Amino acid sequence: MSTAVAEPKTETQRKGGNVVEMSWDPITRIVGSLGIYTKIDFDHKQVLECHSTSSIFRGYSIFMKNKDPRDSHFITSRICGICGDNHATCSVYAQNMAYGIKPPPLGEWIVNLGEAAEYMFDHNIFQDNLVGVDFCELMVKETNPGVWEKALKTEAPHAKEHGYRTIADIMRSLNPFEGEFYRETLQVSRMTREMFCLMEGRHVHPSTLYPGGVGTVPSIQIFTDYLVRLMKYIEFMKKVVPLHDDLFDFFYEALPGYEHVGERRVLLGCWGSFQDPNVCDYDYRTMNAWGNAMFVTPGVVVDGKLVTTNLVDINLGIRILLGSSYYQDWENEETFVTHDPLGNPVDKRHPWNQTTIPKPQKRDFDGNYTWVMSPRWYDKRTGDHLALDTGGGPIARLWATALAGLVDIGYIKATGNSVLIRLPKTAMKPEVEFEWKIPKWSNALERDRARTYFQAYAAMVGLYCCEKALAEVHAGRTQTFTPFKVPNEAIGCGFHEAVRGVLSHHMVIRNGKIANYHPYPPTPWNANPRDVYGTPGPYEDAVQNTPIFEENGPDNFKGIDIMRAVRSFDPCLPCGVHMYLGNGKVLKQLHTPTALMGLAK
Amino acid sequence: MTTGVPQTGANRPPDVKEVHIVWMTTGLGCDGDSVSITAASLPSIEDVVMGAIPGLPKVHLHNPVLAYEVGDDFMKHWFAAAEGRLDPFVLVLEGSVPNERIKKEGYWAAMGTDPATGQPITTNEWIDRLAPKALAVVAVGTCATYGGIHAMEGNPTGAMGLADYLGWNWKSKAGLPIINVPGCPVQPDNMMEVLLYLLYQVAGLAPIIPLDDQLRPTWLFGKTVHEGCDRGSYYEQGDFAHEYGSPKCLVKLGCWGPVVNCNVTKRGWMDGIGGCPNVGGICIGCTMPGFPDKFMPFMDAPPGSLVSTSVLGIYGPVVRFLRGITNHTVNKEPKWRHSRASLSTGYEPRHYARN
Repeated sequence: MSTAVAEPKTETQRKGGNVVEMSWDPITRIVGSLGIYTKIDFDHKQVLECHSTSSIFRGYSIFMKNKDPRDSHFITSRICGICGDNHATCSVYAQNMAYGIKPPPLGEWIVNLGEAAEYMFDHNIFQDNLVGVDFCELMVKETNPGVWEKALKTEAPHAKEHGYRTIADIMRSLNPFEGEFYRETLQVSRMTREMFCLMEGRHVHPSTLYPGGVGTVPSIQIFTDYLVRLMKYIEFMKKVVPLHDDLFDFFYEALPGYEHVGERRVLLGCWGSFQDPNVCDYDYRTMNAWGNAMFVTPGVVVDGKLVTTNLVDINLGIRILLGSSYYQDWENEETFVTHDPLGNPVDKRHPWNQTTIPKPQKRDFDGNYTWVMSPRWYDKRTGDHLALDTGGGPIARLWATALAGLVDIGYIKATGNSVLIRLPKTAMKPEVEFEWKIPKWSNALERDRARTYFQAYAAMVGLYCCEKALAEVHAGRTQTFTPFKVPNEAIGCGFHEAVRGVLSHHMVIRNGKIANYHPYPPTPWNANPRDVYGTPGPYEDAVQNTPIFEENGPDNFKGIDIMRAVRSFDPCLPCGVHMYLGNGKVLKQLHTPTALMGLAK
Repeated sequence: MTTGVPQTGANRPPDVKEVHIVWMTTGLGCDGDSVSITAASLPSIEDVVMGAIPGLPKVHLHNPVLAYEVGDDFMKHWFAAAEGRLDPFVLVLEGSVPNERIKKEGYWAAMGTDPATGQPITTNEWIDRLAPKALAVVAVGTCATYGGIHAMEGNPTGAMGLADYLGWNWKSKAGLPIINVPGCPVQPDNMMEVLLYLLYQVAGLAPIIPLDDQLRPTWLFGKTVHEGCDRGSYYEQGDFAHEYGSPKCLVKLGCWGPVVNCNVTKRGWMDGIGGCPNVGGICIGCTMPGFPDKFMPFMDAPPGSLVSTSVLGIYGPVVRFLRGITNHTVNKEPKWRHSRASLSTGYEPRHYARN
């Protein structure tokens, strides 16, 4: 029961609404702890209000102070237990900048191969062992028996490619532990993690990754072992992409209006992924050039338009607002970086200048209710602090890459409005070209669909990098590491894509020690609370827009549409969020005109 | 149903028919140990849950990363366990235990909401409710076992390991000490094998699990990284790597393998693949009670390694003696990890100190 949640003072009113307070805490099948607290109008089948809360604080920025800067990738890897290597990599990027070094090309290709394997693994396990359960037979029967009936009668358009005759067959194959496809993806998630271990030693906290490169011994064998597994994965993709297209298209068809589940304004951020060693020198002053050479293009997309692909602009626009979180402001604390290396002023609310000061307190949904701060991106055109989301990663990556039209590595080509992904012949299947097209909405189903396409994308970047790495080995260029010295004073920043979206690390070194370090992973961007301007965070926003299609009433309500909306962002909060399903408490049945404004100002 | 399969040995009916595994991920952690067990194949999580191995009780796993249920539907198992209605169960804790006593209000780590107050129920409260009811308590990963990364010097939460919180001599209602399975994260098959052993024990098919003085299963942590490392022969020849990427012994680059209890060099990371010094990664001591502080800065050669590498061969017994001393030191947690109502990590809170 979740009936004891303190009743907010602001009354939610809506004409004729049977408004019930409902919460889900914890939200399971994600990484970390997340709670979602909502008010739902069952008469109008609409979520009226949503708060997202995170219930864990650890204090990385605090305990990293005064430590050796070379320890930072080992430490920050431990931020996340499913994409820790993304943190380690991002930290290495920031360290490379601070130390003024550039790894040998082979070292860079090996890091790219590790990261490609991480995307292949992580999207795979999340999509079909965690999110997939929301679309499985057990769940659909429980929440929407009508949809299950329809699924039984609906032929899967791509049955030939994936082998499941009806949509119901697909749903059955997703049942936890017993479903055939569930079990197969779990096994594939192991094979891809083996690929990761070949490059970086251990999953999820790598052992062979260092600033300056890697300690991996670049034998012919590791690339052979990687390549053979990769080709199996590529063959698997030829089944997985059409399977998900069929499943998600079916939901649009079976439940007209489903496009509004989890929908929000197109406000997407992508910080770019996969360095091109021929261009990247980790110098801040040339960051725009090497950022644009990445194999996933960085970018900010607002209302479907690409605002910038320049990492310098992206960097300078980051603002951390306290919002409704349990911290003291740092307005009067030290300013570490007044100007970037190009002479641009750096804001006091930028991560380089943040001081984290925790202030544990009671949870109050009208005041402070979470350990997550509110990152925003300052749009200098309008003066808005945009609540960008990452859409769980892939939708933002594909959208920015498609619009920018910069990536062209043969296996992948960005066209300006789509991304072509070309898979070569594999043992049992001919070559295939997939095209991810910019969707009409930024919503739950499109976030999930993009994830599947990005699995194929990552695999093809993997194949490209594997060929490049082998060429280095064949040419006898087997150096994987560049020695370095830690300067007494330096700053650095790293930009990367964690599996579920934007990732940045900002470091300040003084007296050879860490003076300030602030990592910003994707989930703070997605899971944050209302900020000082009252703007809700993306989960809150997306859930507040969600219509309810579940057939159950308040008494046995599962909240499946809300779950699909939240999980589409691939929540990863080893820094907290809980969802919590209660039988609910009827707040009020009101008969006054709508007064929803004010929630989302 | 009668077949010719004998109902004896591992195939006999278990002493206990069903057992629940209540797995808490809300310590200060990263969920890396839950993710890790999905990588295990010897046995895999599905092998255990689906009964692929003979003789085991039926297993009901309640883990938030893998659960079908959400929110209250999920939490009902927790409340049932706390009230003694979910019996028997094994409690698994992932993440370090914060010190909730060092501040006046609020919480560092919590799960679920207390119906009486509307406030979150802290992780520590859950441990207090569940540990006395559990058949066995397992701490998984170095955070839960000894404090780990989040218990680093200067930390604001006063984080510690489970044994620091419950007491090192704590025993479950079945008389079992806490079982520590360290590793950051835990090596996948190590954890699944410990669960398998415990299930065998519950089924009446194995004796009490053998543990060392740090409460680690002896068959997993009885040897050092160095003793299992295939680069040991380079060490023996005095042939050391001076740069990362070299296939030689990494001791001079920061590898702590000679004094760290861990089987990763023997077992690899997944099904024999990967690992640490065996594949070019320095050992940073991530399984140890002294982790991370006693191993930092990680990329510097461990003190004493220069002595031992220069006296090699002639003074084997001396080296073993010196290593024994270092091994003893790194097998101890730093002194600021404790459950007293004060913070002694070096961090000075401005807004929450009790006094």
